Amino acid sequence: MILDVDGVAFTYRSSPVIQDITFDLRPHQILTILGPNGVGKTTLLKCMNAILRPKAGSVLIEGVDLLTADRMEIARKVGYVPQRCEAGRMTVFDAVLLGRRPHIGWDVSEKDIRIVEAAVRMLNLEDLALRYIDELSGGELQKVSIARALVQEPRVLLLDEPTSSLDLKNQLDILGIVRNVTTEHDVAAVMTMHDLNMALRYADRFILLKDGVIHAAGGPGVVTAEVIEAVYGVPVTVERYNGFRVVVPLESGSA
Amino acid sequence: MHFADGVVPGDYLGYVRKKSLWILGGTVLLFLLLIVSISVGAVNIPPHEVFLSLANGVVDRISLLLNPGTTIDITSTDRIIWNIRLPQALAAIVAGVGLSVAGVAMQSILRNPLGSPFTLGISNAGAFGAAVSVILLGAGTMQSSVADAVTINNPYLTTMVAFFFCLLATAVILLISRIRGTSPEVMVLAGVALSSLFTAGTMFLQYFASDTQLAAVVFWTFGDVGRANWQELGIMALVTGAATLYFIANRWNYNAIDAGDETAKGLGVSVERVRDVGMVVAALVSAVIVSFLGVIGFVGLVCPHMVRRLIGDDQRYLIPGSCVAGGILLLASDTVARIIVAPYVLPVAVLTAFLGAPTFIYLLLRGYRR
Repeated sequence: MILDVDGVAFTYRSSPVIQDITFDLRPHQILTILGPNGVGKTTLLKCMNAILRPKAGSVLIEGVDLLTADRMEIARKVGYVPQRCEAGRMTVFDAVLLGRRPHIGWDVSEKDIRIVEAAVRMLNLEDLALRYIDELSGGELQKVSIARALVQEPRVLLLDEPTSSLDLKNQLDILGIVRNVTTEHDVAAVMTMHDLNMALRYADRFILLKDGVIHAAGGPGVVTAEVIEAVYGVPVTVERYNGFRVVVPLESGSA
Repeated sequence: MHFADGVVPGDYLGYVRKKSLWILGGTVLLFLLLIVSISVGAVNIPPHEVFLSLANGVVDRISLLLNPGTTIDITSTDRIIWNIRLPQALAAIVAGVGLSVAGVAMQSILRNPLGSPFTLGISNAGAFGAAVSVILLGAGTMQSSVADAVTINNPYLTTMVAFFFCLLATAVILLISRIRGTSPEVMVLAGVALSSLFTAGTMFLQYFASDTQLAAVVFWTFGDVGRANWQELGIMALVTGAATLYFIANRWNYNAIDAGDETAKGLGVSVERVRDVGMVVAALVSAVIVSFLGVIGFVGLVCPHMVRRLIGDDQRYLIPGSCVAGGILLLASDTVARIIVAPYVLPVAVLTAFLGAPTFIYLLLRGYRR
């Protein structure tokens, strides 16, 4: 087990947000956290790298308790890609180099530069390496953010809605990269998502949150029409098309 | 995860080298400016004589240190250089470096382009402290209408009171952010509120002051780098040097905070602690400089932005670059202030804005350098 989450609860100003969240994850697996807006998906993700401190429960990464580890140690084990990242006057290469922060002593070594170069190449950012990140498109900036998390050399990658602002091509690119990284580099990934079809296409484990607790969890088989209707309150059918499972809503929203 | 096949890209190294060259060039310019600044004045001393006097002076002082009792012959030129012009020029450099580095750190940790010792009320708190010492504690007065005749009878009292109020302002900002949770918005807004409060307080005191006291307060408020003696210069240099080292050591943390608080936390930065300690260090440098030299605005706000437009936001180069730019701007301003309407000396703070604002607006219009 690479990630072990046991009984995690988080409370915001004395009202509980998430409660009793328990699951585990192996290397090479991608877990998607699904659920409606405001159900606590991002909160759960932030509890997994101690940006938020859970009020109860424990998060173990390779047996190390995150709640007693110091921030630098966590950053060497968990890479976090937030929903948004600020774009200052910095080159793509330097922005990715920042991901080496948890490993850098006084200054960058040649090794750090090599690792960054490899990650930049892996995400097809070579041609942009010396462009300033405030000149990039949303998709390119998202790739920079992911490259930055990768050069942390983490064991677990956390991605908060990695595809939310991207066009179709970029969504497929980004999720393809996440899948390659997890299969080739002994890493596990946890992401929050809204797009059920993309989730079914790329993830192999699922957690559906409802009212701050786990409503259903497991492999692709748990994502059924009944479960989706119970969680999102929308009747759907789950069909198979060309080998992909697709979710089709059965009614238009009430305007 | 392993990236074993990476290579070091040559064009990136070239790009980084170019930034280092900018900083190196700035440092050379600063040194040349130092020579020029010392050579001009009521008595013009040719630059090569300045250079020789500086070199000989350093050698003499070292030999004096090694064999006490050695006799050194000192010319009148040496006296002008070592007793008047050099301390003033060095004070300009140290204050420029200190204010600029405090500004760059504040802009980063507060995530606000308007961060500077002036915006956050520290300078105005110092001015209020000076007003208190002169008007309420009777530390200063004025003999005639010529600026030189204004005397602060008890400069140490004025310095101490100004310093006290600078620290008080910082403490209040930190206390507020402690109560409300360390957030950049709260810090900036609290600073702006304090700034207005201290300005109003100064005006209130001035309203009840006598003419001579009023003149003394106004005189103090016009920052002047000629006020510092060697000992005060030493204190300022020590504090500025230590703070600059602290900021440089934290350059990666500031880069991470620039990318967003959450990204920074994900990269292992204790954002709140870095923010609190950084504020204290930046405020301390500003407080020391303001209380010795008076209010010198503009440098802390604008020098970092000038450097951003020349070499970008990367703190690895931005921090040293801002130090150099701060030194250049304040030293150039002081030099021009001494010669532009000689024999009168303009307040240096007027010149920093006169020289800095057009340059800055030009850089704003031109946009970022590619």
